[in-house]
Amino acid sequence: MNQWKNFSKGFFRENAVFVLFLGLCPTLGVTTSAINGLGMGLATTFVLVMSNLVVSIVKSQIPDKVRIPSFIVIIASFVTMVELVMQAYLPSLFEQLGLFIPLIVVNCLVLGRSEAFASKNNVGSSIIDGLGMGLGFAMALTILGSVREILGSGSIFGFKFIEGDGMLVFVLAPGAFIALGYLIVLINKINKKTA
Amino acid sequence: MEYIIIIISAIFVNNIVLAQFLGICPFIGVSGKVETSVGMTGAVTFVMVIATIVTYLLQHYVLIPLGITFMQTITFILVIASLVQLVEIMLKKVSPSLYQALGIFLPLITTNCAVLGVAILAVQKDYNLLESVVFATANAIGFGLALIIFAGLREHLDMVNIPKAMKGVPIAFVTAGLLALAFMGFAGLV
Repeated sequence: MNQWKNFSKGFFRENAVFVLFLGLCPTLGVTTSAINGLGMGLATTFVLVMSNLVVSIVKSQIPDKVRIPSFIVIIASFVTMVELVMQAYLPSLFEQLGLFIPLIVVNCLVLGRSEAFASKNNVGSSIIDGLGMGLGFAMALTILGSVREILGSGSIFGFKFIEGDGMLVFVLAPGAFIALGYLIVLINKINKKTA
Repeated sequence: MEYIIIIISAIFVNNIVLAQFLGICPFIGVSGKVETSVGMTGAVTFVMVIATIVTYLLQHYVLIPLGITFMQTITFILVIASLVQLVEIMLKKVSPSLYQALGIFLPLITTNCAVLGVAILAVQKDYNLLESVVFATANAIGFGLALIIFAGLREHLDMVNIPKAMKGVPIAFVTAGLLALAFMGFAGLV
């Protein structure tokens, strides 16, 4: 029960994007389509789970003063792995996400979970926390990507169902801010009702 | 001429915050007041320019000759993290008043993706050292411009009557969207 709560908090109550406002740069930057959002979300989930795992294992060995730099090195190693694997096996997605792949390193969500959760809890809980937060992040990115893709180009996951161009502004930069703003309003409403 | 194009494109056309979505966290987080945004801009400009110079030198004199460019991400973030620490220590000694003013913003800069983003972009675009410096400075100005305009808007937003569910961050995002729309008017300038 407790572990389930630990896992599910990342989706609504403590959703990284909609509630905690963490990791906003990739959220806005890559969600021009649903598939990009999903890809970025899953890449971040992998980094989050692995860094949570390693941090929770080595937490007692790390002196308190060099804690943050150590976490960053751990995170950066996994980001480099994702970068190389993606470049080799998913070159088109790698091209689309571009700069935002190396920038997972400075995603405040990843460092935030290492610092706030993994450095204080055991290995099992840390993995579950990473998985829940990561999938919640992926979900948020996919929703935002879908909204922008539907409104902007009349398609979802690349399947076109409305003829014509759609509202181009939603694929461009301003649409990202406006769509996310209204999505947060919606989630606020839902959270208030269930609370 | 080339430098002017780099400057205009970095400040207006490809504004780092409003068009490239880098440094959104401080953009939303510390833009409540104009004063704090000015402080943040100062700190970011400082670190961004120095970080770009150091990472440029590292990339061209260490990583490329040794053939270990895949270590780029790790090296750059470590450089930035230690640079932020160094700047903090130096400022404390050299100019306590500036340290007081920038104090709380300095540690935040390590996780500001704009700094790492600009360092990587400058390398990707194959700029030489002088071009990199110009590029970093222009991006820092662009960051400051967006941040300060936005802080001014938000100070006014505090006094307006808006729906309860939209208070705070949601309305900030919608405002940022409109600001980004305005900046799109600069497209085609370069």
